[in-house]
Amino acid sequence: MEPFDYSLKELSRRLHNGDTTVEELVRTSLKRIEEVDEQIGAFLHVDRDNALERAKELDQQLKNGEADADNVLFGLPMGIKDNMVTKGVRTTCASKILDNFVPVHDATVVEKLYDASTVMIGKLNMDEFAMGSSNENSGYKIVRNPWHLGHVPGGSSGGSAAAVAAGEVPFSLGSDTGGSIREPAAYCGVVGLKPTYGRVSRFGLVAFASSLDQIGPITRSVEDNAYVLQQIAGHDPRDSTSVGKEVPNYLEALTGDVKGLRIGVPKNYMGEGVSKGVRDRVWEALEVLKELGAKVEEVNLPHTKYGMTAYYVLASSEASSNLARFDGIRYGIRSEGENLIETYKQSREEGFGDEVKRRILLGTFALSAGFYDAYYLKAQKVRTLIKQDFEDLFLNYDLIIGPTSPTTAFQIGENVDDPLTMYANDVMTIPINMAGVPAISVPCGLSDGMPVGLQIIGRHFDEATIYRAAHAYEQAVNFKHAPQFKGGAHA
Amino acid sequence: MERISKEQVRHVADLARLQLQEEEVEHLGSQLDDIISAAERLNELDTVNIKPTSHVVDVRNVMREDEVKPSLSQEDVLKNAPAQQDGQIKVPSVLE
Repeated sequence: MEPFDYSLKELSRRLHNGDTTVEELVRTSLKRIEEVDEQIGAFLHVDRDNALERAKELDQQLKNGEADADNVLFGLPMGIKDNMVTKGVRTTCASKILDNFVPVHDATVVEKLYDASTVMIGKLNMDEFAMGSSNENSGYKIVRNPWHLGHVPGGSSGGSAAAVAAGEVPFSLGSDTGGSIREPAAYCGVVGLKPTYGRVSRFGLVAFASSLDQIGPITRSVEDNAYVLQQIAGHDPRDSTSVGKEVPNYLEALTGDVKGLRIGVPKNYMGEGVSKGVRDRVWEALEVLKELGAKVEEVNLPHTKYGMTAYYVLASSEASSNLARFDGIRYGIRSEGENLIETYKQSREEGFGDEVKRRILLGTFALSAGFYDAYYLKAQKVRTLIKQDFEDLFLNYDLIIGPTSPTTAFQIGENVDDPLTMYANDVMTIPINMAGVPAISVPCGLSDGMPVGLQIIGRHFDEATIYRAAHAYEQAVNFKHAPQFKGGAHA
Repeated sequence: MERISKEQVRHVADLARLQLQEEEVEHLGSQLDDIISAAERLNELDTVNIKPTSHVVDVRNVMREDEVKPSLSQEDVLKNAPAQQDGQIKVPSVLE
């Protein structure tokens, strides 16, 4: 058994029993990164010295009996997607335009994980500014899927998912605007949750599309995931869109009991365009839930097919506005031009990659005079219809379940020059962000040797029911996490 | 049918403060055209009586007391500035 095959709870127990130390856990993580990350590419920056120093401090606290045994996260190593700011630790969003950016404060989620005495090992690779579904849009290097190195890990939180899948860290944080936590979690055979919009503070998350972005945990198990969400959830006065609703005890939801739970399965999530292998695994998972006592019925999400295009108009519009701040003036790379405007233009030309430019152009176009009503406003109205689809279903169902992605992880290079095909990978994750509801991806078996993700969608602020079903399913099937590094030297 | 001319691509790029190479105008322009064409599919839906959604959570005008609190120091703010002088961020001349 590899060290990070243990649950967070077990790692914590071992720490408090004296079977291991924080330093040992941190060194395990660093050693694993040394062994495999040259092939995987999950880390953009490893904060080795600080991590070791922090580990020693925490070991001292442990020795002095100052560590709270109820805080399961105490002393555990973790990784943070590189679009969340970390004080004193370079944060690039995998973009050249932020190549030299060292934040002067921490994101709220980072602060909260530090409050729980976790140790940050480093910053995780991603698609530039979180725009992508394959991690091929990183301005620095691609990430490879630990199950097969010729395949993508998914994106945009590709580094966050691959690092957990490859056993480099026991958990990580990702961000999800249109599927960027769930899709890579599905492709890498790990558990990823996108919480309800407003559940987790976005303060310190470099904004891509502010009305859709949400931070969430990527872990090996549902229980681990619940422990991390418990720590990062809650209202933050520094994010006016974070909601002041009480955070329930998510661990108490993991009862294994799904009797009587009403589950809707959208027909259009299980039809044409979804590979047979994916459909088969998802139906098998639904059979398991039925055997456990859940009621499963087919339902409709009629506006799903419009989700993708409406999303690209809205997300790109918000991005074009959010990314206006990267102009080479206050931070980041400046490429000096003949005058101020030329300086902006040159800095942005040199700093941004293709996908980012494409989306800025699309967004600027959709917001420009004469096109605003036809594209932006239209897409916002379609968003209302998509949201209503979910509201209607949740009157009669507790959960909606389908695949996370239409296929398993595709090959590196396969979709690179065809944005529309690439965007189609997100067809079943995007509507969830549009509606703002929470959803998880849990592994539900393999298709041709690659992991398949089961997507469980819940009501606004009802992550607990999602966790309950995901956990009951996970316990019933016992998915074997065994990434094989196929196509590479590492066995 | 071409929905966006090269001239429009250059205009939008200018609005977005992006300086595109000629081949980028060509390449990104044609991809933009494809995406816009796909977006026109939304016109299949009648949305005359539908209100737009800009935000899913019904939170608006969050107010707080206007209290003076410490913020980033001048030193911190300047740490990432590409150029600075006399405690200020230095920029190319704004006026001709």
